[in-house]
Order: sequence, then structure tokens, then C-alpha cells
Amino acid sequence: MWQWLRPSPRTLRFWQLGVLVAFFLFWHVMTAPGLVPHFLFAKENDAAFFLGEPVKIFSRIWQWFVVKRDIYPHLWITLVETVLAFAIGTAAGLLTGMWLALSPMAAAILDPYIKAFNSMPRIILAPIFAVWFGLGIASKVALGFTLVFFIVFFNVYQGVKEVSPTVLANARMLGAGQRQLLRHVYLPSAMSWVFSSLHTSVGLAFVGAVVGEYLGSAKGVGYLIHQAEMVFDINTVMAGILVLTAFALVLDWAVGLVERRLMKWQPRSGETEKL
Amino acid sequence: MTPALDLDGITCTFVSREDRSQRYTAVADVTLKVAPGEFVSVVGPTGCGKSTLLNVAAGLLDPSRGSVRVFGEPLAGINRRAGYMFQSEALMPWRTALQNVTAGLEFRGVPLEEARRQAEAWLRRVGLGGFGDRYPHQLSGGMRKRTALAQTLVLDPDIILMDEPFSALDVQTRQLMENELLEIWAGGAGASDGRRTGGAGSRKAVLFITHDLDEAIALSDRVVVLSAGPASRPIGEFVIDLPRPRDVAEVRVTPRFIDLHKAIWYVLREEVLKGYQQQKRAA
Repeated sequence: MWQWLRPSPRTLRFWQLGVLVAFFLFWHVMTAPGLVPHFLFAKENDAAFFLGEPVKIFSRIWQWFVVKRDIYPHLWITLVETVLAFAIGTAAGLLTGMWLALSPMAAAILDPYIKAFNSMPRIILAPIFAVWFGLGIASKVALGFTLVFFIVFFNVYQGVKEVSPTVLANARMLGAGQRQLLRHVYLPSAMSWVFSSLHTSVGLAFVGAVVGEYLGSAKGVGYLIHQAEMVFDINTVMAGILVLTAFALVLDWAVGLVERRLMKWQPRSGETEKL
Repeated sequence: MTPALDLDGITCTFVSREDRSQRYTAVADVTLKVAPGEFVSVVGPTGCGKSTLLNVAAGLLDPSRGSVRVFGEPLAGINRRAGYMFQSEALMPWRTALQNVTAGLEFRGVPLEEARRQAEAWLRRVGLGGFGDRYPHQLSGGMRKRTALAQTLVLDPDIILMDEPFSALDVQTRQLMENELLEIWAGGAGASDGRRTGGAGSRKAVLFITHDLDEAIALSDRVVVLSAGPASRPIGEFVIDLPRPRDVAEVRVTPRFIDLHKAIWYVLREEVLKGYQQQKRAA
């Protein structure tokens, strides 16, 4: 039996799943009222009150997705906000990064301001954006944008700066004009940097959307969590967090999928095949 | 006859970016002519400014003083009639071997179908017929060099500039590549697609930079010896009258080759030692 279950690359998924199951089991045993004599909290029901119960959390999620089907509009809104913030932030970061990397004078002039904006704790802007753009989608997109933009920007800037001078000289000798250099040398070279940043920035776009909703909105998963928190419904809060986590994983996986397609020219270690 | 490449009194002085008073003169007052169809090698100790000279000829670097003429025309900007084979990796890693070879044609507005047809012909010619869809990192060093050769030659340049193109290769691969280069050069590189015919007339002028004297003699019509840096300048010029076609491995053991090698090495040796001493002092 142990021969089969010993941790190995083959049983990796099994063990990963095992950790998850063990976590929820532990959670359940420690919080279910009356199951184990309470030793940390003053009253028997306190653990469930503060930490939630996995069974109730999953039944909540079941209610949302299958029985009442009332989470879809919220999920949709959060998704739209995330994707918009991600797309606009990435595009703007890409363009600005390219521009500043290729015109050193503009970069020198704007340098202190970019540093200032980047070091500013931008979550603070959420209430201001709510005032400027209202409680709808726009204010969340704006918040996500400020988070995504700088990550992509810095990576593109670095990527363009680090283009191999030989590859650049070679392309020029082959007859590439300014625009062709941009399209065929700078952009592909920056892309490897961009993709390493996209995993971080898709997560941040999500943070922007949810925090924005949390601070003021009438729709979205962040709003659901906020509502539940107001009435101390910890199970719904936890259910919301679980849904968000799963959602973020899916987004990250989607970015990885695009990355593997576009970056197939990159060397990967161990590309041999055992025959 | 108008030289294909005419470097006249070239001086290149680099100024340190941090400290304007720190100057380094790489080459000083270099005059070098390459006739159409002529294969000229420049040898010299390491760090003597050979690559600087080549970059000037390519139009990638503006000389501090002196002028460059290409087939009689003063050079401004990139040298459009020259192809450049770099010492280090210059292939675009995000393009396959075939796409790398078509790149120059694409930049020049050749329709994609036509570009692909020519590129495939050239890949076959350098022995990479079945490797067009590989990315550079999937090719060996020698294959990458061949791709680079095809990339340069597919544009049918009148002048080929080569900066120690085979220095990173092992000895066997290197000799193969040198023979291939000579064969392509002698055949008139454009002949494959019928655009150019005839013998010497379609030969390309080659300016070949190397620190390997054997390689220089085996390949060239003329060898120019550069002095040790700073302020390198030509200190000797030797006409290589070995008969062609040559096999770079076989020609090395002929008496005439050994004589030439001795004569050139006599001039070069002192410079190599000088360059070595300077580098030791700097370190």
C-alpha cells in the first residue's frame, strides 16, 4: 500500500489534494460545536462563530452556485472589473514602458514622479476613485489599473533596456527601420519580462476590484463579503474568500496558458525526451 | 577599380560616460581598402580595435575622424550594401531559424512567400534544410552560426563583414564552416536563385576579422596586421598567393602557407606580446 502512496512525482496530485482535505478536516474538527471539548474559546459555539465551519461554508457555496444561483451576477461584475483593469493597465504599462525606455530624456524628466507614484500606497486612492468615478465598475477598474500599470511598466522598461545590443545591431544591419525594430526586436524582447509580471499583475487587478467593491459598491464578490461581515456571518465571508481564491487561480492559469503559447521560443530546462 | 570598401584615415576615440576626460583611442589613422570580390582578413592581438573597425565599416559606429566610402559613395548611416556576421549570438531568439533568415527580406518589403522560398533555399545551402522550424536555443552553436550565415547572405550583400564569426566553435566545426564559407564565396553567393551569374564578378568583398592567423591565411587574398591597442593601426600587409580553390585543412601544410605564416607571425608576435603586457599591467 505504502509502495503505491509514497510521495513521488506520480502521486503528487494525490498528496496535494490530501493536504487540502486534511486542512478542512482539521478545521471542521476544531470548530464543530460539541465535537471536541473547547479549550481555546470561552464558549462551545465561539470557535464556529469566529472561524466559521467548513460544512456550512461549502453549503453556502453550493447555495450560491447551484441552488439559488445568485452569485453569478456578482462574479461577473468582479470578473469584468478585473479583466478591464488588467487589460487597460497592461496596455498602458506596455506603451509607457516602451516610450520611456526609448526616449531617455523623457524618462529622466519623469523619473522622480514615477518613483513617487509607485511608492504611494495606492489602495488609499480607492475612496477618492469612488468619489470621482462613482460606485459602479469604473472606480474599481481605476484602482486595479493603478496597481497593474506600474508592475507592467517597470518590467517593460527593464525589458527594453536589456535588449541584446548584438541582436539590435544585427536587426539594423538586416535593414530594420525604427518601427520594425520596435515591432520585431524591442516588443518580443520585452515580452518575456512582461509575462513574468503578468502573473503578479493579474492578482493585483483582482485585489483592486475586490477592495474597491469592499469599500463601496452594490455588486460584486467583495460587496457580498462586506455585507456578510456587517451581520457577523463568518461562514459567508469565508465562502466568499474561497470563491475569490479559486477564481484568482483560474485567472493565473489562463495567463500561464497564453504565456506558454506566446513564449514557446524560450528555452526550458530539461527539454529532452527519454526513449 | 573603385574599392568596395574604402576606409580612409579612420580614428575612433571613445570617451568614458562617467568621466569626460577619460579617453581611449581604439584605432588611429587606419586606411584600408577592399576591392570588389576580394577577401581581406585583419589580424591583431586581442583588444586592438578590430571590431571597432568593422562597426565603422558597417555604419553602426561613427568614426571620430576619417571617412568611409562604399563603392565610391560616402557612407551615411547603416551600410546598406553590407551584411554583418557578429562574433556573439545575434539571431533573434523569438524567431525560428527560417524566420530569422527571412527577417532581412521582410524588413526590405519582400513578399512573405518569396522571402520564405529564398530563405529555405539558403538554409538548404548551409546544410540546415530540415531545421527551419527550430528556435535558436534548439540549435547547436555551429548550426546557429550557419543560420546567421544564411541570414546575412540571403540579402545578397556586395560586402560581407565578419567579426570572428567562428571563434566560438570547436576546431572541427570551424574548419567545416570555413570551407563552406569559401565555397559559397567562390560560387558567387547570389547564383542560387539565378539573379547573378558569372565567376569573380559576383563574388562578394569580404572583410574578415580574426585573431587566428591560420584562419586568416587559409581564407584570404590579403592579410592586414593591426598593431596592439590603444591607437591600433595597420603595420603590415601580406598578399596571400596560395592557389584557389583551397581546403583550409590541407592548405595549412603546404610550404608556401608555412612561409607566409612565418613572415606574418614575425610581425604579429611582437604586437601580441605588447598587447599581453598592457593587459597584464591594467589588471
